[in-house]
Amino acid sequence: MIALTLQRMGRWALERLERLGRSNLFLLHVVPGLPGLLARPGLVVQQTFAIGVLSLPIVVVAGLFVGMVLALQLYNTMVDFGAEQSLGPVVALSLVRELGPVVTALLFAGRAGSALAAEIGLMKATEQLSSMEMMAVDPLRRIVAPRLAGGIISLPLLSAIFSAVGISGGFLVATGLLGVDSNAYWSQMRANVDLFDDLANGVIKSVVFGVVVTWIAVFEGYDAAPTSEGVARATTRTVVNSSLAVLGLDFILTALMFGDDT
Amino acid sequence: MRQSRALEIWVGAFVAAGLAALLMLAMKVSNITSYAQGDGYRISAAFENIGGLTVRAPVRIAGVRIGRVSDIQYDSESFQAVVTMRIDSRYDFLPADTSASILTDGLLGENYIGLEPGGEEETLGDGDRIEITQSALVLEKLIGQFLFSRSQGDDQ
Repeated sequence: MIALTLQRMGRWALERLERLGRSNLFLLHVVPGLPGLLARPGLVVQQTFAIGVLSLPIVVVAGLFVGMVLALQLYNTMVDFGAEQSLGPVVALSLVRELGPVVTALLFAGRAGSALAAEIGLMKATEQLSSMEMMAVDPLRRIVAPRLAGGIISLPLLSAIFSAVGISGGFLVATGLLGVDSNAYWSQMRANVDLFDDLANGVIKSVVFGVVVTWIAVFEGYDAAPTSEGVARATTRTVVNSSLAVLGLDFILTALMFGDDT
Repeated sequence: MRQSRALEIWVGAFVAAGLAALLMLAMKVSNITSYAQGDGYRISAAFENIGGLTVRAPVRIAGVRIGRVSDIQYDSESFQAVVTMRIDSRYDFLPADTSASILTDGLLGENYIGLEPGGEEETLGDGDRIEITQSALVLEKLIGQFLFSRSQGDDQ
């Protein structure tokens, strides 16, 4: 009985490790194809459109509302301390450091990651990938690499847009609804948000998330069982795994970047 | 390639919007302007206690920000904290007997260095040291002194 339980645990752990290893080997095979994309920028443009531009509406709307709600909620607490002048820096710091990269990455995993996994999984299920190999076209270079590049380009841009829209939304609520001085909102923000410590670290975060989310999406799609059930499972796993990866990595990155803040 | 023109325009607009958002964050939200002004000169001052002063805290004279704290070191020979400040080069008229004190912005605000100009003809230059300094007011010490003097007053 105990031996059986141990065996199951061992099998589970080995399977996980095997998947991790396979996904790393997969990335290792895709990355050499990335420089070759410079010769065919059309492929990347096409994927950036599908991944980035089409994610724009949800990111803009989410950013606007997150910024507005943030300003509204924080104001209620801060006005008790007479600190409503600090609304600008608090909204800006929480968006630039955390919410911008993280929420955008989560939305991105749901909007673009699932689509990527389903698309590649379906290509595999309908044997498009193997027929490409028959024609001596490497699907890793032709299909996977442009999608990875598109995702890595798109996510940092999307999260910059998210933060900018969110800060503007917070500004609208703060000055229009709550009566915070508009000059104080911006000047306090400029005094407290650092170009390198805050902004650049936020961009680094979103680049890391872009790599991880797109990597998980294309790997799950490519690794999917070639059935409709397999595609469905790959899509689910993409969203779950990449959301967990984003949240876990965010903690590690935050601890590394802001942990020893003096 | 004809039918992909609209697509390329969309992607171009997306990339431009993303870069514009980054630029807006850098220019309007962050303190890029404080990095832009590269020229300036450094002066230092030694304090008994700097309280909660941090690097990049503002240096003000008559309430106007004229520079920032660039470095804080502990001098183990004089047992004092040596604070280096970078002052914008357009404020090069500080008299040599200027005094520096560590003040707090409001009741709960951040610490900053307030400079009080003296009356000498000579001015401070790069690398000079401010001799007259006043430490930060540490609230616990103040309360301690207050309680001590109260209890002494009661005894008499």
